[in-house]
Amino acid sequence: MYTTDLRTAEEKAKAAALEKLNAKPVQPSDATFQARIDQDEFIEAKDEMPEAYRKTLTRQISQHAHSEIVGMLPEGNWVKRAPSLRRKLILLAKIQDEAGHGLYLYSAAETLGTSRGDMVDALHSGRAKYSTIFNYPTTTWADIGAVGWLVDGAAIVNQIPLCRTSYGPYARAMVRVCKEESFHQRQGFEIMASLAEGTPDQKRMAQDALNRWWWPSIMMFGPADEASTNSEQSMAWKIKRFSNDELRQRFIDQTVPQAEAIGLTIPDPDLKWNKERQSYDFGELNWDEFWAVVRGDGVCNRDRIEARREAYDEGAWVREAAEAYATKQRHVAVAAE
Amino acid sequence: MTGSPTNGDWSLYEVFIRSKNGMSHKHVGSVHAADDKMALENARDLYTRRSEGVSIWVIASANITASDPADHSALFEPAADKVYRHPTFYNIPDGVENL
Amino acid sequence: MFTRATEYGVTDNALFEYALGLGDTALVLGQRMAEWLGKAPSMELDIAASNFSLDLVGQAQLFLEYAGEVEGEGRSDDDLSFLRDAMFFRNLLIVEQPNRDWGVTMVRHFLVSSFLVLQYEALASSKDERLAGIAAKALKEMQYHRRFSREWVVRLACGTDEGMKRITRGFDTLWRFTGEMFELADFEANLVNGGIAVDVRSLEAPWTTAVDDLLAECGIEKPTALQMITGRYLGHHTEHLGHILCDMQYMQRAYPGAKW
Repeated sequence: MYTTDLRTAEEKAKAAALEKLNAKPVQPSDATFQARIDQDEFIEAKDEMPEAYRKTLTRQISQHAHSEIVGMLPEGNWVKRAPSLRRKLILLAKIQDEAGHGLYLYSAAETLGTSRGDMVDALHSGRAKYSTIFNYPTTTWADIGAVGWLVDGAAIVNQIPLCRTSYGPYARAMVRVCKEESFHQRQGFEIMASLAEGTPDQKRMAQDALNRWWWPSIMMFGPADEASTNSEQSMAWKIKRFSNDELRQRFIDQTVPQAEAIGLTIPDPDLKWNKERQSYDFGELNWDEFWAVVRGDGVCNRDRIEARREAYDEGAWVREAAEAYATKQRHVAVAAE
Repeated sequence: MTGSPTNGDWSLYEVFIRSKNGMSHKHVGSVHAADDKMALENARDLYTRRSEGVSIWVIASANITASDPADHSALFEPAADKVYRHPTFYNIPDGVENL
Repeated sequence: MFTRATEYGVTDNALFEYALGLGDTALVLGQRMAEWLGKAPSMELDIAASNFSLDLVGQAQLFLEYAGEVEGEGRSDDDLSFLRDAMFFRNLLIVEQPNRDWGVTMVRHFLVSSFLVLQYEALASSKDERLAGIAAKALKEMQYHRRFSREWVVRLACGTDEGMKRITRGFDTLWRFTGEMFELADFEANLVNGGIAVDVRSLEAPWTTAVDDLLAECGIEKPTALQMITGRYLGHHTEHLGHILCDMQYMQRAYPGAKW
C-alpha cells in the first residue's frame, strides 16, 4: 500500500543500527506513551513521543505523500488524450486531488520535524520509497479506468482505518483525503463499465487492463503478515489498525462481484468463493516481482523519478525568483516603516 | 509579514477557513508559499476546491506562538476544580424558572 | 478593415462560427495548461495550472455545445473538439503557442486572460442569452486567472535576472500574436450590429493600458513586432496546433464512433 514499509531487509537493518547509535536520552517512558495510545488518545505534534514512533510515522507519511505525487504521473499520461471533454475534466480534477493529497500529507509529516524539502530530496535521490503500483505503465485508456477502480479502490480500503490512526495530524489529513477520494474509484469503475459494454475492441481493452492491474493492485497491501516485520509495532502504536492480509482479503471480497457485474474476469484461476470463510480464496502472489519493482526494476521506476526530478530542477529558477522577490518586498516594507 | 525561507521550498503558512458566514475560521492545514499573496492563492486552490470556504486567513507558521505540551498541567489543570464557573454548580429551588 | 473570412470557407452561419471561436480558444488554452500537470515548478502550481485547465475546458464545453446546437447538424461538443482538423479550428493563434517555461506560460496567460476578461465582460450583456450566460460565468474565472498570472509575471521579472530574462523572452515571442485578438472578421460585423457579438476592436485600448501598466511595473520595454500574425478565421494556424490535435483527438480517431 502507499504506507506499507517498502524498505528492503538491508535498509531496515541499517536504519535500526543507526537508531540505536543516535537514541535520544529524553524520551517518554514506553509505558507512559503506550498507556496514552491504549486509551485511544491522539498524539499531537509537540507531544513527547518515542523517537522510533516519530521515525516510523515520518517514513510512512512521507512515503504516502510521495505515492500521491508520483501517482499523478501514470494518469497524467492520459490527460491530453482523454477521449471526451467530460473524461478530460474528471481526470484533471482527480489528478489535481492527488496533488492536493500529497500536499496534505507532506504538511502532516512536516509536523514531525522533517522539512518537505528534505523529504522531496529523499524521493529524488532514491532513498525514499513510494507505492510500487505507480511503476507500472498506463498504456491504454482502459488503464485509467483500472487505476481508478483497482488502485484507488485498494487505497480506500487501506486509508479508511487510517482516519483513526493515533497521530492526530495524520488522522486529520486522512479524513480529508478519504472524503475527497470517494469519487475516484467510482469514476474508474464507470470507465471500465462503459468499455465493457462497448465495442469488442473496447471490451478487450478493459479485460487487458484488468489482467495487467489485478495482481499489482492486490500486492499493494504489502507482504503477507508472516513476512511483514514492522507490522506488530505499528499495530501496537495504533498507527496501523489492520494487517496487510486482512485488508487484502477485504479488497478482494468487495472487488470480485464488481468485476462480475460488468462481465470482466479476474485473472486468477484459483479464485473461488469459500463458503466456510465467507471470503474468496485466491492464488499465490508473485513476491519476486514485487521486490524487483521495489528495488527499482519495474517498467517505469526510472521514468517516474526522472520526471519528478526534471520538474523540480526546471522549476528551480521559478522558486528562486519568487523567493528573491519576496525578500525584496520585505526590505521595501522595512525601509518604509 | 512573510515567513523565513526553508530549503528552497518557500515558507510554511498555516491556513484557516471560514466555511460559511456565522462560523469562525478553523485551522485546516498548511501550505508552502514565497509570499503572503501566494499563500492565499495556494490555500484557495488547495483547501477550497469543493466550495469549503467563504473566507481564508493565512499566517506564516513562524509567527505563531504556541503553548508547550510540557506546560500542560500548569496551564490547564488549575481550571479543572473551578466548578463554580459552570451553571450546573448552583442549586435552584424547584419551580423557579428563567434562571 | 475586416478579415475576409467568408472567402475562405467559413460557413455562412455566423453565430456558429463565432461560438466556435470562443470555444476553440478556451479549449486549446485549456489543453496547453493541462500539460503542466505533474511538471509544474512546485506542487502548489500543479494544482493552480490544473484549475485553470478545468475552468477553460469547462468554458469550451459550454461554447461548443451551443455552437453545435446553432449549427443544427447534430454535432456535439465532443464531435466538434475531436473530429475537426486544424484548418477548421477558430482559436486565437496565441493560445496554441508552446508553454516553454513557467515564465512564458504566465506571460501568455496574462495577455490572453486580460483580453478574455474584457471580452466576457462585454459579452455578458449580449442579446444572445446563452452567450451572455456562459460569459458571465466565465468572467469570474478569468478575473482570477488575470490576477494570478499578473502576480506571477511581476514576481519572476522583479525577482532575479534569470526571471527577468525569461519574462522578457515571453513578451518578445508572443507579442506578434496579440494583434489577432482585436481583429474583427467580416462575418462578425453583422453579429456586432445586432448586439450579439463583441466588437473586439473596442477592447484594444483598455487591454493596452493594462499591459503597459504591467510592463512599466516590471521595467520591461514594450515589445514590438514588424507584423502581427493572424489567421484563425482563415484556418491558417501555426505548426503547433496540429500536434495538439494529434494528442487530443487520438482516441476518437483510433476508435471511430465508440462511446467512452
